[in-house]
Amino acid sequence: MKGIRVRLKGLAKHFGRVVALRTLDLDVRAGEMVAFLGPSGCGKTTTLLMIAGIYQPTAGEIYFGERRVEHLHPRDRDVGMVFQSYALYPHLTIFDNIAFPLTLKKIAPAEVARRVRQIADLLGIAHTLDRRPGQVSGGQQQRAALARALVKEPQVLLLDEPLSNLDAQIRVQARGEIRRLQQEIGVTSILVTHDQSEALAMADRVAVFSTGELQQFAPPDELYRRPANTFVARFVGYPPMNLLEGRYEPGAFVLDDLRIPVPPGHPAGRGWLGFRPEDATLDGDVPGRVTVAEALGRENLVTLRIGPAEVKVLVPQGRRPAPGTPARLGYRREHVHFFDASGRRVGA
Amino acid sequence: MPLLPPRWRLLLVAIAALSLPILSGLAWLLLTGWFDQVHGLVPTGRLGPDNWRFLWEAVGGRPSVWIPLRNSLIFSGVVATVVVLASSMAAYAISRLSFPGRAAYLGLVLVLHAFPAVSLIIAIFFILRRLGLFDTLTGVILVKASLELPLGIWLMKGFFDYLSWEMEMAALVDGVSRWTLFWRIALPMVRPGLLALGTFALLSAWGEFILPFTLIVSNQNWLMSAYLQTFLGEAFTDFGMVAAVGLFYAVPVIVLFLLGQRYLLNIYGGGVKG
Ligand SMILES: Nc1ncnc2c1ncn2[C@@H]1O[C@H](COP(=O)(O)OP(=O)(O)OP(=O)(O)O)[C@@H](O)[C@H]1O
Ligand SMILES: [Mg+2]
Repeated sequence: MKGIRVRLKGLAKHFGRVVALRTLDLDVRAGEMVAFLGPSGCGKTTTLLMIAGIYQPTAGEIYFGERRVEHLHPRDRDVGMVFQSYALYPHLTIFDNIAFPLTLKKIAPAEVARRVRQIADLLGIAHTLDRRPGQVSGGQQQRAALARALVKEPQVLLLDEPLSNLDAQIRVQARGEIRRLQQEIGVTSILVTHDQSEALAMADRVAVFSTGELQQFAPPDELYRRPANTFVARFVGYPPMNLLEGRYEPGAFVLDDLRIPVPPGHPAGRGWLGFRPEDATLDGDVPGRVTVAEALGRENLVTLRIGPAEVKVLVPQGRRPAPGTPARLGYRREHVHFFDASGRRVGA
Repeated sequence: MPLLPPRWRLLLVAIAALSLPILSGLAWLLLTGWFDQVHGLVPTGRLGPDNWRFLWEAVGGRPSVWIPLRNSLIFSGVVATVVVLASSMAAYAISRLSFPGRAAYLGLVLVLHAFPAVSLIIAIFFILRRLGLFDTLTGVILVKASLELPLGIWLMKGFFDYLSWEMEMAALVDGVSRWTLFWRIALPMVRPGLLALGTFALLSAWGEFILPFTLIVSNQNWLMSAYLQTFLGEAFTDFGMVAAVGLFYAVPVIVLFLLGQRYLLNIYGGGVKG
């Protein structure tokens, strides 16, 4: 089984007056795993359901390979999907749940049984096959849903927050399993999540959405190193990037009566200055005062007031200044991010 | 048997007191059915099967009891089936599909339910005559089923409203058509509702009197209730036989209850576990 290339062209979806997706262009390579990352209500599920064929797009085109599919019934699209609630059929056994897509294709019972067992073995749920969904654990339900999506060997696999109902420990384990399986099978996959660590860990490329719009589509490390705008900068990375709004003058960023020296390549006029807490230090030359210092375990997170703004600085464990103590902010110049007044990234 | 706490015993007494009229009615029915004469609740006559002779002979120009029994079984069975099928399909459409006039239709269904059957009987009479369905089993079946539909649709809509959308989407992705979706996914999941509605429709049809009494004339098409009624309409009423026929009339319901007890109690006691 080999995945297929999936292209979205000018895809849009309106529900009456609600614009769930404004317009989306996306090119997913064959066999690639792409994550849709964004806050709640930004149109991730809607997009997935249009690809699956549940929703009709208001406008735009969907291609699987060279074939246009947006007018096709879901059963003619050859997609498998895992839903957030798993959506297993409660009145059928796990076996019958997984077998369901195959029986609809009128495949011979012996062949159905063989394929169900094979995928169940692969996912480690062979011993649950004669139970009902209500009689197995959440993790097993999640695998059963995955098995049902994969058993028909689809060209495209859609995953809508498949891990959000699992507890934290199983989640990290399931994350790795899904990724390994996906690479093994080579099925083109789209994973919806609002958990950035999940997106960054599992996907080849991540599409970041804000309300109804794609913000950036890039591999995880690029998303982190070169966020395309202030939304992505704020959304990706934890603790979030420090973003200061002010005015650029040659060689400096001006925040009220504070001047922060900046390296060359910065924009002119109003704009944003960004640097991550791990790229900031307390040994610089911008005067400020500590307001909070939290222990995160491996490091301490210090909140600093400079002029009208607050910034966060990650410092090594040994250092935990008391609130009220003066401190001088610095940052690593090579890791600075410039954004213009509209929030768009400037420079490399 | 464990002893009940005092408070429960009190409750039990209260329940018994409330049921007393019904219980004594049943006692009367049982006694009168089997004895020649009964005074109050005390049998005075001989014990014997004399009152039950309607089982093997036609009594006083009436057809054999087996004919109305057969008619009643057909009538209730078909009414229940039609009501369950039609209501679940209509309810599914109302619950899941959006079509123009959906809300108005839903309101109309409720309003229809507000009319008692009796107030419609004259109009129904003319319509059936026009259609050539007057005095036929088919005619009463259609009328009875339509009168039960509003309740059925509302009941089933409530059940379908609880089905998850994701489950239906999953089924669509798995490759079902609308029809398979309804038949293989949606219906099995509202089984408790189907059973409840089917039981109600069956019992209501079994006990129905006004419709068959007014819309059926020929004694070959009588239902049990109409058959029973003829014994009461005579100048001299043979209460012994009335009781026996009444008991006989109740037997299928009791059998049904005994067979379906487990399921029914499950429905009323919080739903069948999936
Ligand atoms: N069937 C619908 N009818 C009307 N509006 C809808 C419908 N489905 C989604 N919407 C709206 O479209 C927007 C996008 O919804 P969508 O479910 O795609 O968000 P999401 O990104 O998946 O969010 P979440 O992370 O909470 O699942 C929301 O504002 C939502 O209210
Ligand atoms: Mg969603």
